[in-house]
Amino acid sequence: MKPSRLNDCGEWVLDRFPLASLWKDHMTHYYAPKNFNFWYFFGSLALLVLVNQFLTGILLTMNYKPDAKLAFDSVEYIMRDVSWGWLVRYMHSTGASAFFIVVYLHMFRGIMYGSFKHPRELIWIFGMLIFVALMAEAFMGYLLPWGQMSYWGAQVIISLFSAIPVIGDDLSLWIRGDYVVSDATLNRFFAFHVIAVPLVLVMLVFMHIVALHEVGSNNPDGIDIKKLKDKDGVPLDGIPFHPYYSVKDIAGVGVFLIFFATIIFYMPEMGGYFLEHANFIPADSMKTPEHIAPLWYFTPFYAILRAIPDKFAGVIGMGGAIVVLFLLPWLDRNPVRSIRYRGGIYKKALALFVISFIALGYLGTQPATPVMTNIARVFTAIYFGFFLLMPIYTRWEKTKPVPERVTVELSLEEQIPALIEAFEEITELNPVSEDNSQHPAFRSVFFSRRPNAEGIRKVTTRLAKKLKESLD
Amino acid sequence: MNNEGVDESKRQFLTTALTVVGAVGTGYLAVPFLSQMQPSVKTMAAGAPVEIDLSKMETGQLIRVAWRGKPVWVLNRTPEVLATLKTLESELRDPQSLESLQPENSKNSGRSIKPEIFVAVGLCTHLGCSPTFRPEVSPPDLGDKWKGGFFCPCHGSWFDLAGRVYSGVPAPTNLEVPPHRYVTDTLLIVGEPAEGESA
Repeated sequence: MKPSRLNDCGEWVLDRFPLASLWKDHMTHYYAPKNFNFWYFFGSLALLVLVNQFLTGILLTMNYKPDAKLAFDSVEYIMRDVSWGWLVRYMHSTGASAFFIVVYLHMFRGIMYGSFKHPRELIWIFGMLIFVALMAEAFMGYLLPWGQMSYWGAQVIISLFSAIPVIGDDLSLWIRGDYVVSDATLNRFFAFHVIAVPLVLVMLVFMHIVALHEVGSNNPDGIDIKKLKDKDGVPLDGIPFHPYYSVKDIAGVGVFLIFFATIIFYMPEMGGYFLEHANFIPADSMKTPEHIAPLWYFTPFYAILRAIPDKFAGVIGMGGAIVVLFLLPWLDRNPVRSIRYRGGIYKKALALFVISFIALGYLGTQPATPVMTNIARVFTAIYFGFFLLMPIYTRWEKTKPVPERVTVELSLEEQIPALIEAFEEITELNPVSEDNSQHPAFRSVFFSRRPNAEGIRKVTTRLAKKLKESLD
Repeated sequence: MNNEGVDESKRQFLTTALTVVGAVGTGYLAVPFLSQMQPSVKTMAAGAPVEIDLSKMETGQLIRVAWRGKPVWVLNRTPEVLATLKTLESELRDPQSLESLQPENSKNSGRSIKPEIFVAVGLCTHLGCSPTFRPEVSPPDLGDKWKGGFFCPCHGSWFDLAGRVYSGVPAPTNLEVPPHRYVTDTLLIVGEPAEGESA
């Protein structure tokens, strides 16, 4: 081919910038295990949501006013008068909740398949730092609309710092820049929300991915695919990230965007969970709303705070709930990574943990009645028990043999025959009474499917047995 | 690299000296940067005292005024309330207000200068929500133990009508009583200490 001017330009850049080798190292020659399942979508989806937050956030700053007198009205101005302002704002507010949904699922994937274990401890630490930065970002962003929930939520969370002995009061004064949450607080939270924390987030995401590409991705079997390589040094169970996973991730993005768009267009407030009702009332420093609750993604930690009947201990409990997550790589003493080959005790402990996390999340949205508080105490104990007893119970575990090569799950398509079979078993065909009014030649027998009690019992017992086995 | 002729001790000295100079410089820069986030002079000056006219206040009434951006309550307590307050001490965490914030002249069981007029900063000592005024006795949602008081909706702290905290709730101390004094019998100033007291 004749070298064109375009090629010359390309050569000029490549001589000065390692674009080709970067692309090769991180895309076309980055080998990821071939057995990724749908749990592996959430990392790339988190990146997508981050981009969404950046783009919509930049647009929002063009009309938002970080001033206690103007903030609430400027948000309403964006919603009503700015062309497509409502869409951009809903994309941003829904994006915040979506961020936590995908990040929680991403973290659960890591816990389930042991992605935090040697040699990926640092990836986990960077990930946890991202989670903390994300919480700070979400918390400070929530003050900006300057509604009642913004105001009193910030008041409560900043007061958490005042529980620290000796320096607490001065520290919370320094954070607020005033004796109460005020214009000074709003203005600085704006600065943190749009500049400081996003910068930190981007750096942490960069380090998270650099650390991941240094040691390579884990997989649902928790096997080290770099142990077995072909003669070219390519892992036998690895496939190039691009095009295989870049294309697969786009499919995940498509599904995600369907859900995302549905929420934005049909239920942007999500019944008060994504945008709280009390936040449509301007901030009033004289009156706390009857019932205040943080947004859903903070409620598990908030429930822990409320469950402990002492100010300082409550704050320690809340912070501790996040600190124990950092320590996970050193609390889990079992070298087997994936839940598929781990003992029943760990599976049951993890199930209990998930239940308690969701239950605490629910309780955190409810008023603190004595009964609710007592229930929250039980779940708080389970939450901490999962982590703090881990060094003990992971030693008792009876693990299963880990295979040499990755296993490949049945695809949805391959499961269809089994599903049809099960359907046949739980129903029976009954001939419907014949229609005698017509000539015999035109008569046809109709069948109808009826539930078959015997079949249903058999299938349910089989399912229950399978479920029990999977927990052993 | 050729290491011959390298004066290791000189190199060590230069490294140490640079580190020290760098650390001192960072320290000097940290002071203005961190102080920038302290309340500004204007903010600190904004805490002017407020005057409250009590002449039109009815018995049992609560009024709210803003002082330094915080809600301040003035409550005119009924004789029944004052009688109830005396019976609650065993259920309170700090009935004598030893651990709590108040001016000396309000450091008594009713936490007030005049027995019936109670003045307090309306922010929970737990995490700063503004508790709701619930003067009724034994309402269905709070139960039989409730003798009237302030209930914090955020985290369920209980205070009696002298702002004293019950035991077994998250709030650690009684509600803060701000410095205040009476100019005349019915004119109250919040934010100024009474004569003979420091702020």
